[in-house]
Amino acid sequence: MTDEARQTAERVARDSYGRLVAFLAARTRDVAGAEDALAEAFASALKSWPVDGVPTNPDAWLLTVARRRQTDAIRRRQTRTIGEVHIQLMTEELEQAAANPDAIPDRRLALMFACAHPEIERGMRAPLILQTILGMTAVDIAAAFLIPPATMGQRLVRAKARIKDTGIAFAIPEPEELPSRLDAVLEAIYAAYAKGWTEIGDSSADRLADEAIWLGRLVVSLLPEEPEAKGMLALMLYTEARRAARRGEDGAYVPFDQQDIAIWDERQIVTAEALLRQANKAGPTGRYQIEAAIQSAHVARRVSGRANWEAVVGLYDVLLSLTQSPVVVLNRAVALAETQGIEAALASLVVIADDKRMADYQPYWAARANLAARAGRRDEAYEAMTLAIGLATDDAVRQYLIGQRKLLQDG
Amino acid sequence: MKFMLLIHSTEPAVIDNTRVDGGVMSPEYAAYNDALIKAGAMLAGERLQPTTTAASVRVRDGKTEVLDGPYAETKEQFGGYYLIDVADIDTAVQWAARCPSAQFGTVEVRPIWNTRGA
Repeated sequence: MTDEARQTAERVARDSYGRLVAFLAARTRDVAGAEDALAEAFASALKSWPVDGVPTNPDAWLLTVARRRQTDAIRRRQTRTIGEVHIQLMTEELEQAAANPDAIPDRRLALMFACAHPEIERGMRAPLILQTILGMTAVDIAAAFLIPPATMGQRLVRAKARIKDTGIAFAIPEPEELPSRLDAVLEAIYAAYAKGWTEIGDSSADRLADEAIWLGRLVVSLLPEEPEAKGMLALMLYTEARRAARRGEDGAYVPFDQQDIAIWDERQIVTAEALLRQANKAGPTGRYQIEAAIQSAHVARRVSGRANWEAVVGLYDVLLSLTQSPVVVLNRAVALAETQGIEAALASLVVIADDKRMADYQPYWAARANLAARAGRRDEAYEAMTLAIGLATDDAVRQYLIGQRKLLQDG
Repeated sequence: MKFMLLIHSTEPAVIDNTRVDGGVMSPEYAAYNDALIKAGAMLAGERLQPTTTAASVRVRDGKTEVLDGPYAETKEQFGGYYLIDVADIDTAVQWAARCPSAQFGTVEVRPIWNTRGA
């Protein structure tokens, strides 16, 4: 069995699983129950499909196994319990679905909207989507989000109970509500991508980035008219295209402006550019399209030899007025250094100097250190560089910064 | 919330005293210390001397035993700790991931009981 065959089988299994969870849960609002009903069938699919091949009708296969297990569970149960009603209900749902698996509507989008509902704690939206739509285990999600697995498990259980108890609807929001609700879904998917992007060298984290991109494609396919969904998918692809270029052959960290553009993934960039063009047909409207446009201006370097910094600064201005985010202030400052000089860049950072969110934000201190060093403010650069080193979780980044700090001392 | 980060890693078989000086911090650890202090998270932190210098004491049936070596012979040894004060377990785990020894050893995160004298 090749790796590719295994991945394809896994992908089909996850695709089918997510669709069935969404379908069952949309009717009962019982996400945990739907997951329980399908858990064993999904586990055996993950085991047998990569070996025996993918069945012709994956949904029907999963439903048949799930139904058999469910009936067994009822037979095993000798005494009356509260759980029995629940199992009975799920069994009926399974029976109905299995009767006509080809007619199962795709309710995954509705499930994603439920997972990213305002009633659900912001930090739990991405983990919920990863678990319900992709069948990712709490252990894998916990590792990606740097949370102890038991804690992540409890939070997932609580969030699902909240969906069930607070009457969160499994529906695509009305047009007037759609932009903000969609934004929450996209934010959750992008948060998953960001986790997968920053954890370098860890194979499970690499997979998380792939899963996020897959979810992005899913949202685009289910909401083809929404430019922000396309914008976010483009943003992820622009970033993903540079994954390999972030490390030298010796595994050392390579900063963005020194990356070898020959290793950028041209195919992903072309796809991203096409998505962005489609999204911008009616003019750019949201933060993901603008962020994707910034990436587009950056990768212009592969054609013109130089990033389009003027465009980048202009786009950050728009983004800043939309988001008021300190991270945008930071990224804008880095671009500003290229167009208006280092002092202007450093001056623009004053507004976030006391922002608590920046105090342990590693990229903030790394960027500050870089700007201060270029401005010849050696003590300030040294101090900021030290914090950036201390806050790093990635050893390649840490070693790179230690090298930079040494240059500062010697230079 | 207070947490202790317990750092476990493999001790080098022979401690080369001319090279490894326990009194001098590596640049990685020095920066990590600075970051903890600057974030207002640092309560305490120490590096322990190797387990070859350890003594273990226990009292059984009124009899005191003193043994050479650490409490448990393990592949990785307890080599140092930080006591930190942060908002929640998420932040504590984040700090553990930043600990330089997490690259090759294991950093255990333990919440501290909030105990008072009776």
